[in-house]
Amino acid sequence: MTTIAEEKAVREPHTSSHHVAEILLRFRELGIVLALVLVVVGAAIVNTNFVSLTNVQQILSGAAIIALLAIGETIVIITRNVDLSVGSVLGISAYATGVLYVHHPHVSLPVVFLVACGVGLACGIVNGAVVTIARVPSLVVTLGTLYIIRGIDGAWAGGNQVNASMLPTSFNRIGYGTVAGIPYLAIIAGVAVAIATYAMRSFRTARDFYAIGSDPPAARLAGIPVGSRVFLAFVLSGGIAGIAGAVWLSLYGSVDAIAGVGYEFQVITAVVVGGVAIFGGSGTVLGAALGALLLNTINSALDVVNISSFWTSAIAGALLIAAIAFDRLIAVRVAPALRTRRSSRG
Amino acid sequence: MADPEDLKPGDEVPSRPPPRHKLHSGLGLLLRWESLLVVMLGATIAYGASVSPYFLQSTNLFYICLNVGEVAIMALPLTLIVITGEIDLSVASMLGLCGVAMAELFKHGWPIWPAMIAAVLLGAVLGAFNGFLVTRVGLPSLAVTIGTLTLYRGIAQGILPTDTIGGFPEHLTNIGVVPIPGTHVPYSIAFFGALAVVFAVVLHATPLGRAIFAIGASQEAAFFAGIRVKRIKFWLYVLCGMLSGFAGVLWTLRFASARYDAAIGQELYVVTIVLLGGISIFGGRGTIAGVILAVAVLGCLQTALTADLVPAQDQQIVVGALLLASVIVPNAGDLYRRTRDRLRSAEARRHRAGPVQAESP
Amino acid sequence: MSNELAPPLLSLEHAEKSFGAVHALEDGIVDLYAGEVHGLVGENGAGKSTLVKILAGVHRPDAGRLSIEGVEAIFDNAKQSQAAGIAIIFQEPTLFPDLTVAENIFVGMQPLKRFRRIDGRRMRREARAVFDQLGVKLDPDRVARGLSIADQQLVEIAKALTTNARVIVMDEPTAALTMTEVDRLFGIVAALRARGNAVLFVSHRLEEIFAICQRVTVMRDGRHILTRATEELTVQSVIRAMVGRDMDALFPKVEAERGEVVLKVDRLTREGAFTDVSFEVRRGEIVALAGLVGAGRSEVARAIFGIDRWDAGSVEVGGRRLKPGSPTRAMGAGVGLVPEDRRQQGLVMDFSIERNVALASLDTVRRAGVIPRGAERRFARDWALRLQLKYSRLTNPVWTLSGGNQQKVVLAKWLARKPSVLIVDEPTRGIDVGTKAEVHRLLSELAAQGVAVLMISSELPEVLGMADRILVLFEGRVTREFARADATEDAIMQAATGIVDQAA
Repeated sequence: MTTIAEEKAVREPHTSSHHVAEILLRFRELGIVLALVLVVVGAAIVNTNFVSLTNVQQILSGAAIIALLAIGETIVIITRNVDLSVGSVLGISAYATGVLYVHHPHVSLPVVFLVACGVGLACGIVNGAVVTIARVPSLVVTLGTLYIIRGIDGAWAGGNQVNASMLPTSFNRIGYGTVAGIPYLAIIAGVAVAIATYAMRSFRTARDFYAIGSDPPAARLAGIPVGSRVFLAFVLSGGIAGIAGAVWLSLYGSVDAIAGVGYEFQVITAVVVGGVAIFGGSGTVLGAALGALLLNTINSALDVVNISSFWTSAIAGALLIAAIAFDRLIAVRVAPALRTRRSSRG
Repeated sequence: MADPEDLKPGDEVPSRPPPRHKLHSGLGLLLRWESLLVVMLGATIAYGASVSPYFLQSTNLFYICLNVGEVAIMALPLTLIVITGEIDLSVASMLGLCGVAMAELFKHGWPIWPAMIAAVLLGAVLGAFNGFLVTRVGLPSLAVTIGTLTLYRGIAQGILPTDTIGGFPEHLTNIGVVPIPGTHVPYSIAFFGALAVVFAVVLHATPLGRAIFAIGASQEAAFFAGIRVKRIKFWLYVLCGMLSGFAGVLWTLRFASARYDAAIGQELYVVTIVLLGGISIFGGRGTIAGVILAVAVLGCLQTALTADLVPAQDQQIVVGALLLASVIVPNAGDLYRRTRDRLRSAEARRHRAGPVQAESP
Repeated sequence: MSNELAPPLLSLEHAEKSFGAVHALEDGIVDLYAGEVHGLVGENGAGKSTLVKILAGVHRPDAGRLSIEGVEAIFDNAKQSQAAGIAIIFQEPTLFPDLTVAENIFVGMQPLKRFRRIDGRRMRREARAVFDQLGVKLDPDRVARGLSIADQQLVEIAKALTTNARVIVMDEPTAALTMTEVDRLFGIVAALRARGNAVLFVSHRLEEIFAICQRVTVMRDGRHILTRATEELTVQSVIRAMVGRDMDALFPKVEAERGEVVLKVDRLTREGAFTDVSFEVRRGEIVALAGLVGAGRSEVARAIFGIDRWDAGSVEVGGRRLKPGSPTRAMGAGVGLVPEDRRQQGLVMDFSIERNVALASLDTVRRAGVIPRGAERRFARDWALRLQLKYSRLTNPVWTLSGGNQQKVVLAKWLARKPSVLIVDEPTRGIDVGTKAEVHRLLSELAAQGVAVLMISSELPEVLGMADRILVLFEGRVTREFARADATEDAIMQAATGIVDQAA
């Protein structure tokens, strides 16, 4: 039986290259933290003001908004979909919050956040319903709602603006307040990310998201209600973007029709840089949040090293492409081992 | 349809929507997507004429055409890309960057014609970058072009952050405001018309066009028939970049100035035209005639809405809704069929359960 | 046979299933008792897979009766089959590559603790316990991506055990396993049997069947042929039952004059698929590649045509070396491939009949770069006539045709190019008897006209009836070569199942 030895030679799985790839994937968060440290140290050497309290606070507050949006976007992308409408949802919810205060100056904070969340949920329901019931690719649906929601926002706001003076101090303080030097916003985002990270690990529904993105037909076969889970992902993304809208208003203090324009690209970049696979199935909320922090830190560092902030969006785009190309290269590394086995079957 | 031995349990019968033009009777012809577009176009013109007595006058038609010229030009290569089952969301950003590049070169002393040609070539390079990432690196076109949408616009912004560049020769900027002498046709739409004819012939009557459809309908079968799938896709991206660069030149001349945010967000209009034109988002299906009609519908609609004093943001809602409708409507038949099948299967089950139970002791 | 007092755990009686005109299963019978390993054997197309899919709840039988422990059961979907205690281990398991092993085992039914949170610790503990029970070591915390097929099967088996499945169906589980992995699997199957499970073991490999099964069911042409205890059977008798069918007049072999060598394959190797494959095909000759599914036959064909690259060796067509990985070049050299998977690879299903026929010949149809109106139709009509295609309109999508006529379209597509080498991979799979005969006649005529035909077929009568020479592949290597006169079904089957040592 000479075949045994030969068969082994041909079919020996290449486990070593697989392990390298797995380490890279598993420690993605560590890599981002490392990159973060490098950027901070580099920028601090050029200009010590970079690590001044106010600058750090600014970076954290800005990153907090993107990190919040990234939570919802992560869930959607994990299910192998995409939500391009988050920026518009943030915008309309921020404006709704402002208008609410204009008409009811004494409304309580929880009500404000409930309203903001509700606006977002409504948008998420529309996205989710069209994607799951009409079975239209989420890219097209959310590209459409990106402009529809922005259009509604614009029609509603017209040329009007809600200013900080129209907002109560208790609300504004969310934006600029700090505890022991840490901005409220960073704490809010931190807590939200922690809860989401835990939840994504600990609930069946959350694991279903991963299963769906990992292999949709297999998920259906395993009895997972794919449609309703994807719907839920869009609703969650909408709701979170709604809340992020209220938070955004508290940070910037004024809102008009163009709040949050272009945020969707920053958010998707943060999520993908944070290690969430664009094809779904893997990634963590924590990684996405770190991605948001890295993105914001780089932008701020550019200022310090005298590169105009006008390059911000170019860098976001380059990072996004680099991140997916990186993921792809790892996948290609793993592939030969898989191919050897797969091609040996009928 | 399913061959017993080929379906694995994980496989579904492919969930491609059923063909839009399945019927070949006279009724089928009436129900064609293009016929629907003609009706829509009629309705839009009627609406336009009802809000403004000048709507059908030639000067107004000139402005209708002028408004959609560049977007329409970009819609042509995107049509081919969507038919192969891919997407390019970066068209408007390529337009912006190429416009900025042309203006920068002009400002730095280049004569205008070389600057314009360089802008078009830059577009080809930008498109080649997209194509390289999609076909050679194997990245999903959606993610790639979302990335380059941001990247290209960002580079334009980095080069030309706040100011605008103008001062182009007047005889050239004129082509953005005056029609071709002796007609009421703006230059941009004339270019579109000429290109559309070429595209229609290539897509519908040449081996290349057939290959493009085959790739979208079944990439694997196309490859097994000897079609060079990757190469064709790559060159379509290059073409798309080139024509976006050309649109950038036209756009810059029309406004007689270059800004980094030229045509920002116009990818919505380009994608809407393509999908409204009846090109299946799943690839493999559509006609250039449909796209031309969609250009007409969108152009008329925009102008009619403006004549009706509908503000720009509200128009965005309409266009966005049009985009959604143009993907939902063709799928509606599929949705109906699925629901019906589910009901039937439940019925069959009841039917079947009856006699079998009677059999068992 | 010994357990006739208790009702069988599972019993399928006279199940039928057709797909359109194709009768995939005409009389499926199988019964499984607790504590037995039951072998199910048959050639490709004998209806084994359809039977398995009926048990899995993927297909619903058109007629027949399925009962679980004596109680009538109807499955509408996979979920109901699972709930009834049936677990299917497919040749290619469908795991979630991004989830961990433990999560894959418990997907959708993870153990919960307070507040409906997943009890990860218990999940891992139970996973580990199941693996211990099976006597294997597998880390429950690693992700499933990159697991070997054997380990993926283990995960599926573990899943089956945690759901308390009583009936475990293994569909060709050893097809992609190494010898050691097969041994381990046999150990597990023995353990399952000892636990009182019933195992239905579907395989081509008779030595495996004889090694672990207590009873064997043989199927042929969608019908149950026999069920016996293993002791009452021999390899020879099973092979006879599998292939024993009349050599009918399906094969109008035309003696053709052999010409020069057109296709020369020299020491061709693609890692993991086939090794050191060399052969020649002459003008006017039909050479068959026989062997089991997974033996590497289709892979050889794909490599010659340029679909996959090869790692070593060379292919010459008409004296010219082909470039690896380029179907365009292979076509240019005169090679045509009628692929295995008609629906995915052979045809663009949404395209019309005429477009499919002309798809590979557009360069000859076009005039001045453009395909003239009507020229394509005339071209297609010509070929449709020559192949006696049955259709209503050439503009109808090709999926409206029956399987046999679809195959004729694929053949027309390649014949239109006047190939010097035509590779046909399972040319008559899933098509009706009448069309089958036409395809056979066509291939004979082609050879008579001087085309070199390389035929891959799992149907031994077809191989014997059509081929001038027969190469048998086993595990990616050519193990035997038969001249037409020397070949018998038994000899080919033995070579294909690896029982070659005495002869080679």
